[in-house]
Amino acid sequence: MDKVQFLLFIAVTLFAIGLLGVIVRRNLLVMLMCMELMLNGVILSLVTFAQQTGTTSGAVLVFLIFVVAAAEIAIAIPIVLLLVRQKHTLEAAAYGDLKG
Amino acid sequence: MLETFLGNLDKLLLVVFGLSALVAAAMMIVLRHPMQVAMALISTMVFLAGIYGLVGVHFIAAFQVLIYVSAVMVFMVYVIMLLDVRDPSFTRRFSALLVPGLAGGALLLAALAWAFWHGVFAPGGGTAAYGLQPFAIAFLNEYWLHFELTSVLLLAAVVAALAVIKVSRNIHG
Repeated sequence: MDKVQFLLFIAVTLFAIGLLGVIVRRNLLVMLMCMELMLNGVILSLVTFAQQTGTTSGAVLVFLIFVVAAAEIAIAIPIVLLLVRQKHTLEAAAYGDLKG
Repeated sequence: MLETFLGNLDKLLLVVFGLSALVAAAMMIVLRHPMQVAMALISTMVFLAGIYGLVGVHFIAAFQVLIYVSAVMVFMVYVIMLLDVRDPSFTRRFSALLVPGLAGGALLLAALAWAFWHGVFAPGGGTAAYGLQPFAIAFLNEYWLHFELTSVLLLAAVVAALAVIKVSRNIHG
């Protein structure tokens, strides 16, 4: 297997494992962490493609994605804490009555 | 013998780091407590930083460790320490979607294996390493507007986090 192919294999497998984790786990924080894993897989594929084509724009995009991911987690965790203070549970199934 | 081993050391390390990242990611599905899951995610991220260092983008490896492992995951670990460990989601791992999720995951992996088998991902291409200097020149010459927009996004995130805290205070007094 080629180096680029191996890295893409790692990237898509990380994405698939993260997606599986979001679906099968019941804890909200674990689901958030699995989403971070999916994002890491995408970043790895972006770095690999940027290396393959020899452009710097991929690296710039990766840097911007890091910043956006930090902002995302800074918003997501207060929302999770707010939900937990209301219902006193981290189970995703307990929030099935949320609409819109 | 030693020369061939040292010549192939980067490939060996790449495979070791990649497979370790996959194993740590699989542990995230299996482990029970969120703190263990966070530790598995941190090790996945550190292995990915090793991969970035091996393919020659050292500054992305540094960003990965500084931003993801330090900032994001330390925040996550603090939040897990804040929460109640007697929560039922801490003891029962999987939701009711376990069987359809596993079936969908198996289908996705089969589709990916098919794609690799038929060569959808083109091999080869230059894996030229570029340093910080071309990145910095491209970053500040062409992408300065995007950089400013992300700073606006970070400001919006700070304001939104404060608003969430205010909502929480209004509800709970």
